[in-house]
Amino acid sequence: MTDRGTQRAAGPYCGLCGKPANGETHDGGGLPPSDTHLKCARLLMLEPPRFCVACGRRQKVQVSPQGWWASCSRHGMTVSG
Amino acid sequence: MNHPILETARQQVLEQGIGLTEAQLVDVLRLPDDALPAALELAHQVRLRHCGEDVEVEGIISIKTGGCPEDCHFCSQSGVFDSPVRGVWLDIPELVKAAKETAATGATEFCIVAAVRGPDIKLLNQVRFAIGRIREEVDINIACSLGMLTRQQVDQLASWGVHRYNHNLETARSYFPQVVTTHTYEERLETCAMVKDAGMELCCGALIGMGETLEQRAELAAQLAALEPHEVPLNFLNPRPGTPLGHQDVMDGKDALRAIAAFRLAMPRTVLRYAGGRELTLGDLGTREGLLGGINAVIVGNYLTTLGRPADADLNLLVDLNMPIKELQRTL
Ligand code: SF4
Ligand SMILES: [Zn+2]
Ligand SMILES: [Zn+2]
Repeated sequence: MTDRGTQRAAGPYCGLCGKPANGETHDGGGLPPSDTHLKCARLLMLEPPRFCVACGRRQKVQVSPQGWWASCSRHGMTVSG
Repeated sequence: MNHPILETARQQVLEQGIGLTEAQLVDVLRLPDDALPAALELAHQVRLRHCGEDVEVEGIISIKTGGCPEDCHFCSQSGVFDSPVRGVWLDIPELVKAAKETAATGATEFCIVAAVRGPDIKLLNQVRFAIGRIREEVDINIACSLGMLTRQQVDQLASWGVHRYNHNLETARSYFPQVVTTHTYEERLETCAMVKDAGMELCCGALIGMGETLEQRAELAAQLAALEPHEVPLNFLNPRPGTPLGHQDVMDGKDALRAIAAFRLAMPRTVLRYAGGRELTLGDLGTREGLLGGINAVIVGNYLTTLGRPADADLNLLVDLNMPIKELQRTL
């Protein structure tokens, strides 16, 4: 079964757009949390995560009829649940 | 009350099995919303009479993702645009596993797809090896979609037992130059013609909702009908970030349903498959309406770079609709 966007949101970066997940810049100063990624979360129902939620790097992604895997050069492989 | 074009279509398409002309298709695509249920119902009757009640189920997989040199403006796998899709090659064991999982859903078709202008020796070798391994382990028809082919490549694929080849027209000839500049419509048609000459089934699809006019949508349906493909996969634009069409609005669901009815009325005997973008454009309800409006094939599970509905959702829907899944036919 395909993981439909549950744990993928858990991390400092958005799995869909690769930007900081809570609207913070992660440079020491913070911006207020935003709802920028609500749409991303919805889209992640129909997309694999193209960005690593731990570091925001672009991942290698393979989709198959029944699932997907995504691989970050730093943080390794995530497989659909 | 029935709209005149639907009366004509009932006589011409349902009774005589003759597809609508381009001008007639424009009339279908312009039908008001209140005529849509009747159009879908007629398209469904056409499908039942000329194709039967079976639904053909297929799974697709990308063997080589991303980095394509072509510039199809809708495609996240083009290396020309700044898309988040990275290049990946799938290994053979994963491919065989995907074929097995696809067969387990009851699917009879497994399509191996590569994001390329056309296949090089490395890709063809990989495909040949994959076909052999799948054959050893899985009972399923194998189709390929590897871009534009030479005559020699067409013959090679046919000799390896590839029974169907996918090469889409995507859009109308008159709109094509606005969507693709790195190859021509004629080049696409050449590959399609060679595939048919070699005795493979031609799968030739459409991608609608790219900003084409209704007239161009009708033109596309008529151009596809003229090719007499075995199958037409119907895709709805899913705007991909970073591509030139990334900001295009998602197509209106009713327009998508009108297009489904029109494509069926243009091609009464063709396998008309739900392909990419339907989840976004039509949702669950629309998926059902399309299957009762001319569609007689589905891609189950995920697509090449995006996710689909869970396979079970579609398979259960077919049970609900009392539509049998097409069985594997052994013709050899
Ligand atoms: S040829 Fe195929 S993979 Fe390449 S850009 Fe066009 S649609 Fe995408
Ligand atoms: Zn986001
Ligand atoms: Zn990472």
